[in-house]
Amino acid sequence: MTTISLPIPKRPVHPTGVWSWITTVDHKRIGILYGVTAFIMFMTGGLEAMYIRAQLARPGQDLVSPEVYNQLFTMHGTTMIFLAIMPMGAAFFNYMIPLQIGARDVAFPRLNAFSYWTFLFGALMLNLSWVLGGAPNAGWFGYAPLTSSAFNPGDGIDFWILSLQILGIASLAAAFNFVVTIINMRAPGMLLMRMPLFTWMTLITSFLLILAFPVITVALIQLMFDRQFGSNFFLPAAGASPVLWQHLFWIFGHPEVYILILPAMGIVSEIIPTFSKKPIFGYPVVVLSGLVIAFMGWMVWSHHMFTVGLGPVANSVFALTTMAIAVPTGVKIFNWIATMWRGSIDFKTAMLFAVGFIWLFIIGGLSGVMHSSAASDAQQQDTYFIVAHLHYVLFGGSIMALLAGIYYWFPKFTGRLMNETLGKINFWLVFISMNITFFPMHFTGLNGMPRRIYTYDSGMGWDLWNAVSSAGAFMLGAGILLFLYNAITSARSGEVASADPWDGRTLEWTISSPPPEYNFEQIPTVQGRDPFWAQKYEGVAMVPVAGGSGENGGHSIHLPQPSYWPFVASIGIFIGGFGVLYINAASWIGVAVAVIGALITMIAVYAWSLEPVNDPDDGAAH
Amino acid sequence: MAEATAAIHGEHEETSTGLNNRKLLMWAFLGSDCMFFASLIATYVVYQGKSLKGPFPEDVFSIPITSVSTFVLLMSSMSMVLAYAALRQGSVKSFRIWIFSTAILGMTFLGFQVFEFRDFVHEGLTLKTNLFGTTFFTLTGFHGAHVTLGVIWLLSLGFHSFKGGITPDNHLDVDLAALYWHFVDVVWIIIFTVVYLFGVFPGIN
Repeated sequence: MTTISLPIPKRPVHPTGVWSWITTVDHKRIGILYGVTAFIMFMTGGLEAMYIRAQLARPGQDLVSPEVYNQLFTMHGTTMIFLAIMPMGAAFFNYMIPLQIGARDVAFPRLNAFSYWTFLFGALMLNLSWVLGGAPNAGWFGYAPLTSSAFNPGDGIDFWILSLQILGIASLAAAFNFVVTIINMRAPGMLLMRMPLFTWMTLITSFLLILAFPVITVALIQLMFDRQFGSNFFLPAAGASPVLWQHLFWIFGHPEVYILILPAMGIVSEIIPTFSKKPIFGYPVVVLSGLVIAFMGWMVWSHHMFTVGLGPVANSVFALTTMAIAVPTGVKIFNWIATMWRGSIDFKTAMLFAVGFIWLFIIGGLSGVMHSSAASDAQQQDTYFIVAHLHYVLFGGSIMALLAGIYYWFPKFTGRLMNETLGKINFWLVFISMNITFFPMHFTGLNGMPRRIYTYDSGMGWDLWNAVSSAGAFMLGAGILLFLYNAITSARSGEVASADPWDGRTLEWTISSPPPEYNFEQIPTVQGRDPFWAQKYEGVAMVPVAGGSGENGGHSIHLPQPSYWPFVASIGIFIGGFGVLYINAASWIGVAVAVIGALITMIAVYAWSLEPVNDPDDGAAH
Repeated sequence: MAEATAAIHGEHEETSTGLNNRKLLMWAFLGSDCMFFASLIATYVVYQGKSLKGPFPEDVFSIPITSVSTFVLLMSSMSMVLAYAALRQGSVKSFRIWIFSTAILGMTFLGFQVFEFRDFVHEGLTLKTNLFGTTFFTLTGFHGAHVTLGVIWLLSLGFHSFKGGITPDNHLDVDLAALYWHFVDVVWIIIFTVVYLFGVFPGIN
């Protein structure tokens, strides 16, 4: 047998060590990389929050300068949204989706590795801004023309633009992958309406990512062109309207909110049935309400702009659509409550976090409905009331559910259970301190405290509640540290977990904890929803697919092999990004570096597409 | 060799929907790219007629010349179809002729665009001049970048075929490039209508 001779190096073979992680295409390892990186970023964003709360603990403090304060809140928001919550969701997508749909890997394993490394380099670039001329300082939604070079001459905004572009590439790569994986890689019998709800919400989230990210890409390109090449997109002197940025940003930004919350809803929809020992109440309605939320998420963006002056007609329309989107969200909450109703509930830590999610998300949702009235919103816009609302939905919603998901799937990730006693202390500490931190912001906000001020005078009626918020924030920090302690000690020496520690309902619990590299020794045929539950208690066995088995303990299963090229392609993007960043400051050097980066990426893409997908001889070599 | 190639490329993956994974990926990407161009075109439309000073569209556009380049690009879509059909019928040789024709037509279109950009700059219209310049060069520039990437892709396929890398078995490699190429053409039809025709005949708008 002759082979085509191509100048492409062989696939790397590194079973262990650093190189095995750099070249891995295993969705489980990539999931772990995503999760660990996102948690480190979550701690970084938390540290920035601690600084902010320390500065605001008492009136008239000067712990940080106004300039550094602006950088802190900008980096806190950007980090938490793009570097913590989104990639933590991606960590769960990576690890759980193939397991939940009965697949051996994702559709494009190397694209998956590329997504992670690009994310990592984007995160690195954003945080390097601290030491390379100052972090971005215009808030996480970077309103033009505050971000124009006339008003913001430093490099901070350029770092923000370029790193968000790079993170966008990472998110898009992951989203394409999960759309194809979920649509195409399901085990036989896993019809769409039999998929676990977390898989459903991941699919919907991926579609939102695919359609929303290009919009912010364009907005960022326009801003970059204004700053680097002197175009006029957001220059009022040339007749431009700064409101264009706001429209483009929020057309992306509101679907983004659902990108952050839908995976959380999916996780909770897995946990509540498991620990209530009941199937989810109204499965089709939960799916449909997710779809409706995603669809309507495109019709509400201007509720972020009620005070811009779009006129009474626009404000009324967006007020109505915003009120309407509360309906499918409320439907989901009733579904979860009805699932628990008359269930035999087992309050393990994961369940506590899931129920805590419902409580906090209801509070955040209700203040959201308050904002939907344009007249009422005019009083709340840019006050701490908004800060309270968004933290109830993003911390009380997304983060609580993500922590629930970690407690729930930790045995599957590591083969060990997290400590339940510490877990319960962890839950109550986080739940109580979360409310101490963010509930008082409703009061300070309604009393007129604007967001993003670096200090305030005594006697405004804000002193007490700011002190309470700050105390709560430090308790919350302790709660997160306790979580970290529990995770690390449990991963090392926790109780060894069985394949199915929670009496689970879905496919991931049918395989060992942690799963073998090939996931499923035999691909099962699915007969209905909650197939594992049906097999255990209703005698509906999952017949292995004929011919798809991996005899000899999986030794003859072909797995996608590791590759260097995703990593190299990401490095090229990183280098090219830095080139573009400095085109303004050092014109020719910047251009040269950008070209070098682009060439590296191109070479990697060629090598990637010419490298054989599977070495035909590999099956025997295992 | 045929065996090895078939094992690598020709294998029909069993998917839940019967659609090929890579083809589905391409459709998802094109959906995303639709939103990309929609945002750029929307920006152009929002700023249409808002420039405070000239040159304005009617001062610089030459509809006859751009009609020719549009025709060239549309013809490249046809030769793309012929390239794919030739490969499906098993003729790598005529595939090669048509794929290189497509690339040459694409490069001709790009040549027209370079010529046009130079001409506009000569008439005093740059990215910095006014809102028209800003939005026009950004929109058509990104379309041109898409065409450039497409030309590189087509040339890669053409040269790869000399090494035996393109066979009727892996026609999907060509199919994906064709999807992308047709998409880029369709976007140009919208740009030609909205930017050029509406720009010169404001009565339509």
